[in-house]
Amino acid sequence: MSPDFLKLIFGRLTFESLPLHEPIVVGTFVVVALGGAALLGGLTYFRLWGYLWREWFTTVDHKRIGIMYMILGIVMLLRGFADALMMRGQQMLAFGGSEGYLNAHHYDQVFTAHGVIMIFFVAMPLVTGLMNYVVPLQIGARDVSFPFLNNFSFWMTVGGAVLVMASLFIGEFARTGWLAYPPLSNIGYSPDVGVDYYIWALQVAGVGTTLSGINLICTIVKLRCPGMTMMKMPVFTWTSLCTNVLIVASFPVLTVVLALLSLDRYVGTNFFTNDFGGSPMMYVNLIWIWGHPEVYILVLPAFGIFSEVTSTFSGKRLFGYTSMVYATVVITILSYLVWLHHFFTMGSGASVNSFFGITTMIISIPTGAKMFNWLFTMYRGRIRYELPMMWTIAFMLTFVIGGMTGVLLAVPPADFVLHNSLFLIAHFHNVIIGGVVFGAFAGINYWFPKAFGFKLDPFWGKMSFWFWVTGFYLAFMPLYVLGLMGVTRRLRVFDDPSLQIWFVIAAIGALFIFIGILSMLMQFAVSLLKREQLKDVTGDPWDARTLEWATSSPPPDYNFAFTPVVHDNDAWWDMKKRGYQRPLTGFKPIHMPSSTGTGIILAGFATAMGFGLIWYMWWLAAASFIAMLAVGIGHTFNYHRDFDIPAEDIIRTEDARTKLLAGAK
Amino acid sequence: MNTDTHAAHADHDHHGDGHAHGTFSTYLLGFVLSVVLTAIPFWLVMSGALPSKQITALVIMAFAVVQIVVHMIYFLHMNTTSENGWSMMALIFTIVMVVIALSGSLWVMSHLNSNMMPMHQMPGMN
Repeated sequence: MSPDFLKLIFGRLTFESLPLHEPIVVGTFVVVALGGAALLGGLTYFRLWGYLWREWFTTVDHKRIGIMYMILGIVMLLRGFADALMMRGQQMLAFGGSEGYLNAHHYDQVFTAHGVIMIFFVAMPLVTGLMNYVVPLQIGARDVSFPFLNNFSFWMTVGGAVLVMASLFIGEFARTGWLAYPPLSNIGYSPDVGVDYYIWALQVAGVGTTLSGINLICTIVKLRCPGMTMMKMPVFTWTSLCTNVLIVASFPVLTVVLALLSLDRYVGTNFFTNDFGGSPMMYVNLIWIWGHPEVYILVLPAFGIFSEVTSTFSGKRLFGYTSMVYATVVITILSYLVWLHHFFTMGSGASVNSFFGITTMIISIPTGAKMFNWLFTMYRGRIRYELPMMWTIAFMLTFVIGGMTGVLLAVPPADFVLHNSLFLIAHFHNVIIGGVVFGAFAGINYWFPKAFGFKLDPFWGKMSFWFWVTGFYLAFMPLYVLGLMGVTRRLRVFDDPSLQIWFVIAAIGALFIFIGILSMLMQFAVSLLKREQLKDVTGDPWDARTLEWATSSPPPDYNFAFTPVVHDNDAWWDMKKRGYQRPLTGFKPIHMPSSTGTGIILAGFATAMGFGLIWYMWWLAAASFIAMLAVGIGHTFNYHRDFDIPAEDIIRTEDARTKLLAGAK
Repeated sequence: MNTDTHAAHADHDHHGDGHAHGTFSTYLLGFVLSVVLTAIPFWLVMSGALPSKQITALVIMAFAVVQIVVHMIYFLHMNTTSENGWSMMALIFTIVMVVIALSGSLWVMSHLNSNMMPMHQMPGMN
């Protein structure tokens, strides 16, 4: 076969693109391949493919899509954390003339992949998953506004994750850091496929994120049950609304920046090049207009989770609901006014830096107000130290430290010393782990019984909690010290032997976190085995306050047999107090959306198109694009989009619950 | 049994959403206005009626803003009451965001330009 023909078919992809010279990658590949084969074999052996396809992959039920988002987030956490362990190991070893065990080419990919995966494919899916699961239940809705779009959004996110994972074994990932600043990410300095993997993974996943943002905004604005005015919405729904507004307003900026970067790389434009009028600084400016709101996109829902957990486990109404709502809205707006603090040192001068330094410090005011609201909610409450509450308290302690170092970094002269140092790394891990990750874990422990009908095992949960929390402090407090001593980020080898001890401590911390993650997986496994003991038939295991606890656990497909009516904040608490009786008769058929495979097929073609563009397989990109159009247009002729759950089915489901509830008393 | 829970299953009713639909005359008016607002800038450029290019550019931008407003009112039926005011709220939020991003970027980039461009391009340095 002629080389020209091979090039036409495979583009840049050759046998040499496979990283066979990297023993670590080959070893990983073998393990992943064996594990994957075992999984696929198991699914085939137990004939689960049909079940998965019908009940999960094609579902438009917001609850199942939410659970799939959580699974995606946890799977990707394992990958992202493996990268973290490798970095900690490398930095611990590379002293006294040792080169460590990772070469520069590999190490640079590892820290880039770690950042990209943790933000886009761990934190985002965990947060989106919780919002997807909880928000429609909290507002008494049957599903989101656009159920099919929800399924499509999820599979686009998976498509992005698949591209990132593929880069591990086919070709390579970007070696540019997680935001791929030009000129390094331009074709002249990064001619390989790494940055293209980065671009297309984020573009494919970004479509999903944006659409899911639109979907949830629409759901919250239009589908609230009667009586639930804006100021009677649960705080988690409020923070979700603000987060999704941020998503819709900021993700297009990322899409455009990456599109301009790809034009630079693919067709030779000069938006971000050094010469011909291009400006790499413009890239930095634009990507942080997206990037700063992004961190609030992640942390606002976590604030919502902590609000729900604090009031539930203190047995009190949330202190300062109105101020909580306004603080959230103010943070939403202010998060657009601070982006320059990520590049104080680029040289905008004193006036610009002072403005953005001050706006950054102002953000700590509404955040501080929230902190006091949680404290006052706990004050004189009957606090139950269950797992969600433990995570919340760990968050409050940890996040305040992270917030304070953040205010330090917001002072431009201080930032000139600390910019790009390990102090910064410690700061943002402090707020992202302490805020978003602890929030996601609080949410998982809190809502798990709602999703599956049994609580999570407290022993392994506490193991996970203590290993995570101590591991976090061991891993990141040394980085504050190192940062103050001037160690910059992303270094591979070190000269000064006196620094080594701090990296050893950090590596031990990472091992603690590793045990914490394993304990969490153990917690899921043990809880599944002990599900009869941990069972909850009431649907309200925590004596909680918001509407999602008014229905059964797990909720029926239709969520609520009758749409609830709300009179007060903490609607379910109010209903319990007024002696609410569950209606036992008068059920009517319920109109529901039908499952469809179009979402996963479209996302599959989008991923294939991304792969084609990455490897210059133009035929694949074009064919996938045309296929996508065809499937999309074809779907408009699908008239079987909805059905009615017959009244008999609802009566059967509700009677079963009545029996369970009678048995529980 | 709590009667509250039996509230409206039928959530398809249009309760006061005020979905405005245009009539033939409003569409025609919008169309005519759009054409006029496009024709004037075109004529300005082709004839060079204004003294400097910069003024022409500014005037065209002003026409563009008016054009946007015309489209929103006549074709997108934007008013303060549609969708219980959510449309207007979304519009105001969008404007705030766009203004922040645009003016902020211009401000930041102009400072970067004057501070960080290579020495030989700085005015007054030769």
